[in-house]
Amino acid sequence: MAVTVMIPPPLRPHAGGQSAAEFPAKTVAEALTHLITEFADLKRHLFTGEGKLRSFVNVYVNGEDIRFLSQQQTPVRDGDTIDIIPSIAGGREH
Amino acid sequence: MATPIQTSTQTNGNGNLTNEEILRYSRHLIMPEVGMEGQLKLKRAKVLLIGSGGLGAPLGLYLAAAGVGKLGLVDFDVVDFTNLQRQVTFGTSDLGKAKSYAARARLSNLNPDIEIEAFETKLTSENALELFRDFDIIVDGTDNFPTRYLVNDGCVLSGKPNVYASIFRFEGQVTVFGMPNGPCYRCLYPEPPPPGLVPSCAEGGVLGVLPGIVGSIQAMETIKLILGRGRNLTGRLLLFDALEMGFREFKLRKDPNCPICGPRRTIHQLIDYYEFCGVRGEEAPAPDLKVPEITPRELKARLDHGDDLFILDVREPHEYQICNLRGHLVPLRELPHRAHELDSAQEIVAHCRSGKRSAEAVDFLRKAGFRKIFNLKGGILAWSDEVDSSVPKY
Repeated sequence: MAVTVMIPPPLRPHAGGQSAAEFPAKTVAEALTHLITEFADLKRHLFTGEGKLRSFVNVYVNGEDIRFLSQQQTPVRDGDTIDIIPSIAGGREH
Repeated sequence: MATPIQTSTQTNGNGNLTNEEILRYSRHLIMPEVGMEGQLKLKRAKVLLIGSGGLGAPLGLYLAAAGVGKLGLVDFDVVDFTNLQRQVTFGTSDLGKAKSYAARARLSNLNPDIEIEAFETKLTSENALELFRDFDIIVDGTDNFPTRYLVNDGCVLSGKPNVYASIFRFEGQVTVFGMPNGPCYRCLYPEPPPPGLVPSCAEGGVLGVLPGIVGSIQAMETIKLILGRGRNLTGRLLLFDALEMGFREFKLRKDPNCPICGPRRTIHQLIDYYEFCGVRGEEAPAPDLKVPEITPRELKARLDHGDDLFILDVREPHEYQICNLRGHLVPLRELPHRAHELDSAQEIVAHCRSGKRSAEAVDFLRKAGFRKIFNLKGGILAWSDEVDSSVPKY
């Protein structure tokens, strides 16, 4: 039993190409900790140096933005889906 | 409900449809959800499209075909060969032409009854509000963060809806910002990613059909806003995944702390969006990455001379298949754990497509103790231009 973390296309190269991963977790923070432990390269894409979620990355639990729930302390239950949705701009290279 | 013929004989201060227009729009007119009333709303509508590229193509084609009375097309770019894979407004004969004018020519051919204004200019903090003034709805079909924040702020400041979409590889995001009491782009994403963290050209790319689908959804939302029909995407972020072939929806809320649409807003006018997004000198390598370079001509001369140089290609395997300089392939992100494959005693020339990723590679390896390492200036693109034109550019 676990929660599913959906990995968006721009971050998949940093997660071994995987589109989803499952972890046992009771909060969003626990699930994300499992995620960045398994895929260390994802850490700097999701979190600032101070460990805050980056402001161009939104996290949703079953379609609800955790910024309007209890942030990373938002509880999750088995079978829940956590989505990571980073902002994308389009094709221009920077 | 009024029948088309009855309505067409009524006088209306905003103009009626000609018999030819009635025929042209007959498939709209016979739908009760549109009808004569809706078609006249479309005729009176003024929509500004920011960007005439991948998203702008279906947007322009469908909005023109639907009879939106006035379309504005903002784009400073010219049509290039790599655009034709997805920007279906343009044909091969449009290569080199200004996109805004080429799109206008195509759309006026599609529908000569509507007004189309081409603005061959970059949308800037100086001209945005002036450009927005003559239009009811702004549609964001751009491809970069500074312009997206500019479009958002301009829409919030002028109180106009912003029909938003963005695409990446196989995925699209669509929503409607800037509606009364609805969220704006900054409510969703308060800040853009720092330039170093956006996916690089290697991980970029877009499947040509994707903007066709996503831009068509934008066109549909625009028309629904004009007609005042149905439930629009305000407060909902629609995610389209073309590989999985599915749509998912996420709830968007107005951020009470939003710096531009919140009650304690701190932004009252347009700002410098390049500074805000940390983008200085687009396309150029990051200014802090000053690494030793070698030009394609210098490299050619040294190879011809028989010098023992190790060519390190830091692109991705699928790029190597397109073309290569017979270098040793180690993709940039694998470099940290594959540096042992390299001999620091040997002279190394690193290259990628344009010289940006390889500059990072050189920087990384120098910090790891490599001293005889150079970046091929301008990458394989410059090699093709200056040394060997048989190497394809991509």
